[in-house]
Amino acid sequence: MDNVQLLISGLANGCVYGLIALGFVLIYKATEAVNFAQGDFMMLGAFVTIGLTNAEYMGLPFWMAVPISLGIMAGLGYLLDRLVIRRMFGESQTAVVILTIALGFVIRFVAGLIWGHEPQTLQNPLAGKELSFGGLVLGLEDVAVIIVTLALTGSLYLFFSRTKLGLAMQGASQNQLAAYYMGIPVKRVQGFIWALAGAVAAVAGILFAAKGSVDPSTGLLGIKAFAAAVIGGFGSLPGALAGGLIVGVIEPFASRYIAAGYSQIAPYALLVAVLVFRPHGLFSQVRVKKV
Amino acid sequence: MRIVFKTDYMQDIRPWKDGYQLSLYMILLAIVIAAPWLLDTFYLGELTNVLIWAIAGMGLMVLTGHTGQASLGHAAFLAFGCYANVILLEAGVPFLIAFPLAGVITGLIGATVAIPALRLHGIYLAIFTLALSILVDDIIVLTEPWTGGVSGKYIAGIDLFGLTIDRWGTPMLFYWLVLAVTVIVTLGYINLLRSPLGRSFIAVRDSEVSAQAMGVDIARTKTISFGLSCMVTGWAGAFMGLFAGAFNNETFSVVISIELLMMIVIGGLGSIHGAFFGAIVIGFLPQFLSIAKEYVGAVFGGSTVAIPGLEFGIFGMILIAFILLEPMGIYGRWLKIRTFFELFPFYRKDMFKRQKSYLKTERLR
Repeated sequence: MDNVQLLISGLANGCVYGLIALGFVLIYKATEAVNFAQGDFMMLGAFVTIGLTNAEYMGLPFWMAVPISLGIMAGLGYLLDRLVIRRMFGESQTAVVILTIALGFVIRFVAGLIWGHEPQTLQNPLAGKELSFGGLVLGLEDVAVIIVTLALTGSLYLFFSRTKLGLAMQGASQNQLAAYYMGIPVKRVQGFIWALAGAVAAVAGILFAAKGSVDPSTGLLGIKAFAAAVIGGFGSLPGALAGGLIVGVIEPFASRYIAAGYSQIAPYALLVAVLVFRPHGLFSQVRVKKV
Repeated sequence: MRIVFKTDYMQDIRPWKDGYQLSLYMILLAIVIAAPWLLDTFYLGELTNVLIWAIAGMGLMVLTGHTGQASLGHAAFLAFGCYANVILLEAGVPFLIAFPLAGVITGLIGATVAIPALRLHGIYLAIFTLALSILVDDIIVLTEPWTGGVSGKYIAGIDLFGLTIDRWGTPMLFYWLVLAVTVIVTLGYINLLRSPLGRSFIAVRDSEVSAQAMGVDIARTKTISFGLSCMVTGWAGAFMGLFAGAFNNETFSVVISIELLMMIVIGGLGSIHGAFFGAIVIGFLPQFLSIAKEYVGAVFGGSTVAIPGLEFGIFGMILIAFILLEPMGIYGRWLKIRTFFELFPFYRKDMFKRQKSYLKTERLR
């Protein structure tokens, strides 16, 4: 029974990692750039919601604050693309990586200035409620996290594989020049995907803040989500979720069954192992380039 | 405007362009050798720090700037170098052997790491090295009998040629030691770049496919590049340990890795000068910020409150500005200014324009 309990809490954690990883993958899929600031985006989304909802700040009702913060984060994502990332068009991938790491520094600094460095939790209607059946006690937040994540991943997957815009996004990343020739507005598509990634980060942030406390350095969690995205294979949405779940589940089990000290390296050791044996992740989408 | 006439082939690959350039560098060398008499102890320490970062920067520059393999995990190799050096010293090995050996050990570890990393490129390599950097932090804690774990290790002075070299007791000697290694590494680097090996590094950076077509063994080149890069980084790490005097698992965190990469980007990727310029920015930024804060406090009459994370915030903003406005870094800007005056009045705005590349994915779906 303990194991089931561990599994479920691990799954719920994994879902948050998966959601951040989803943000990485969204941007990677459509622009071939990696947004190292995605974890900080999530932290910012959490703080924006806290700023709107919590009694000591604006004190709006939770269900009103959620769409507003989704909107704010989407707007921020779009602005970021418009003002910063778009100017990197045609530059190397590494330059974008370094740029987003720097952005992460700045976001962390700004969040620290506005909301301080104390850990804070989101006041939400699900907090503290429990579901119990058959000896299992599940936090309602955990259940909500799992459901929301599955729904979001599913709909994003359908969006990419079924809708015209989703296909246009994939085209824009697979060959920018060819996409231009086919009449895809590559830059506008990029702006849209950054907005979408901002909104996904806000969802991840809300769920994370509902489960535990956030402070500006929470964004470093992004590194773990990064491991998740790579384990799943960058560029695959279900892969990102799977990677997130694997990392999330490994953590509690490692800390329970492996000696202390070894447990925290488990996700990264797994990451290294995956990269060594399957360099493009479990759900690989790459083949060797041939000339 | 100077015109260099090249009259034989050796002149083309000579490390310096002409006597004028050589004399400039000689003057610079004379000034840095005389620095201990020109600066007070505090600034001498800062200068030593800058030189150590410059060595580390050159280590990463070989890999990232010249071979095109972005590494987000070089703090791991700083740690390897630092611990190897100290453990060897504690075992009674004289510094003259322990120090080079620490670099060689780090280089071998780096080359070993490179073997799985060879199959990775771009983003995946960056992530792999990032994970490595995180793992090393934990590995240091786990191998406590050798590394001292969380409580860390201490190192006082070292003995070399009968002299005690200590960062606090004899800062001048320590400075000269670091300077000597810096000069040796720099000369080695300059020579590397004009050798066939250095050229193959650059070929791999510019296009792996064409390099392979020209007969460059990519796997071998990348492994050697990793090894050399890690060796130099290991030396820098050994110096960092000596400079700090005390260190533990958190001294060489992921943040240092990221800082190192950012440093060479600010300085200018793909040039030895860039490593030095970047090191100057990294080394003096904290001092500059505290001076600026005092100044602002004095002018506006406000209290000088400490703002947590300010340093990294400013650092991030500087970096964003550089990547957007001057992707070639400080050295690139300097090149532009110099060319402007050398060619006056024929400088054109587009002379340094870089070719844009349009992305193509390697994914199938």
